[in-house]
Amino acid sequence: MTNNLAISVRGLRKSYGDNTAVDGLDLAVHRGEVFALLGPNGAGKTTTVEILEGFRQRDGGDVSVLGVDPARADAAWRSRVGIVLQGTGEFDELTVREVVHHFAGFYPEPDDPDDVISRVGLAGKAGSRTHALSGGQKRRLDVALGIIGRPELLFLDEPTTGFDPEARREFWELIRGLAAAGTTIVLTTHYLDEAETLADRVGVIAGGRVVAVDTPAKLGERENALATVAWRTPDGSVERAQSATPTALVAELAARYGGEVPGLTVTRPTLEDIYLTMIGQR
Amino acid sequence: MSTTPLSLGLRQGGLEIKQFLRSRESVVFTLAFPVIMIVIFASIFNWELEGGVRFTQYFVTGMIATGLMTVGFQSLAIQIPIERDRGVLKRLRGTPMPKWVYFAGKVVMVAVIGLAETLLLLAVGTLFYGLKLPETAGKWLTFGWVSVLGITACTLCGVAFSSLARSGRGAPAVVTPVALVLQFTSGVFFVFSNLPSWMQQVAAIFPLKWMCQGLRAVFLPDSFAAQEPAGSFELGRVALVLTAWCVIGLLLCLTTFRWTTRRDG
Repeated sequence: MTNNLAISVRGLRKSYGDNTAVDGLDLAVHRGEVFALLGPNGAGKTTTVEILEGFRQRDGGDVSVLGVDPARADAAWRSRVGIVLQGTGEFDELTVREVVHHFAGFYPEPDDPDDVISRVGLAGKAGSRTHALSGGQKRRLDVALGIIGRPELLFLDEPTTGFDPEARREFWELIRGLAAAGTTIVLTTHYLDEAETLADRVGVIAGGRVVAVDTPAKLGERENALATVAWRTPDGSVERAQSATPTALVAELAARYGGEVPGLTVTRPTLEDIYLTMIGQR
Repeated sequence: MSTTPLSLGLRQGGLEIKQFLRSRESVVFTLAFPVIMIVIFASIFNWELEGGVRFTQYFVTGMIATGLMTVGFQSLAIQIPIERDRGVLKRLRGTPMPKWVYFAGKVVMVAVIGLAETLLLLAVGTLFYGLKLPETAGKWLTFGWVSVLGITACTLCGVAFSSLARSGRGAPAVVTPVALVLQFTSGVFFVFSNLPSWMQQVAAIFPLKWMCQGLRAVFLPDSFAAQEPAGSFELGRVALVLTAWCVIGLLLCLTTFRWTTRRDG
């Protein structure tokens, strides 16, 4: 297992009774990168992540997270890994400040709690009981508790589910800040735009395996995929053409119309199109 | 941040107590319940047992025992499944916090709330209902060890029982009837020696009966020992049964405790 890998997984297997959730999965996440895991529900995403987090035992395969087998997670390893789970329980009767201060006490070299609270944008809510927070604010608190120990590696499980667009954008800024500071981040999400915006690389899980890993721009030969050129014809209907050389086609159209082409658009498949094709094939 | 084991445990205990005191339900139903009950019972059953001993003197033993069971057994057996369901346990497991700290926090909370509740009960009983406190050091000593052993058994059983409820929402439905049945059959609401003997025998399997009996040795005159089914307060057997429940509870805790819900695998 090489040293520049934060996570290295080979041949990971996990079954629940007759149901094989993870079926020979391989994965490598580099130190300092933001890696997004995509996959439909039931593809083995959560099982994989929870094995990496040391919450579940695997049936087979080699797993190394920060150089340690998470099945033998100890306190020293836990203090290097931050985890933001889906829908974890709050401490209703405590204030944001109390909870973050308390969790800071679990770590050998915690960050400053008040600083972390303002970094996640909860400075104005520091004295509020956590049950009074909105969904988005609770998620920020989750992140605060995930990063209070200054983790080298941070797991984020569907962090922005239920956010409004503005809250999502603010959250992305927060994640970018962490990544810029050198934290390795593994993110699972159902939002393709989120993966595209945040991730250095994207891995697609389907049927318990990783079926593709690449940068969001290159995933599934997206760069080389045919572009769709659409324009409006003089009778008002919309014409579409698929082309490997859209620039030439646009030049030809420009010549045909003698300048501006009415209603011209040139599009490549979105990450979502590519992703849906990929998981549709399985 | 200091990270000695003792400070970790006390910090966790402080957090638990804070949460307890800020939850109106737990304050009313756990802390104040025995006091409410003694106010009701002492007002209704305002008669004397033989020898000029007020009924309150008998009833307070059951209320102390019930109070200790409520905070040790009921509150934990209900609270832990809720915390498990809501992912609080999983979140704590994801931190470097040693596992025992979670239990230490519960124990500190149970001990402090149990003590506060008992003192409150004694204060109200003495000030308003003519309760006579034990007069010899020996009786205070008995009071001490019966309470400590009893609340320890209840706490361990509460933690063990917490793995039985399938969900946090179902926990009260599983726990409350058990507590109620034990209270009715163990001599909390009725004079134990008046219960049918089969009921006495069933109750004798469980700790609450022995806690009540040990406390009767503290709060009733020695002459009342003759009215016990065995003709004495059997303090040796009280110690033995409560210790046995501590061992059983501990073994169940160690073998059955779950940090995650069943659907979490």
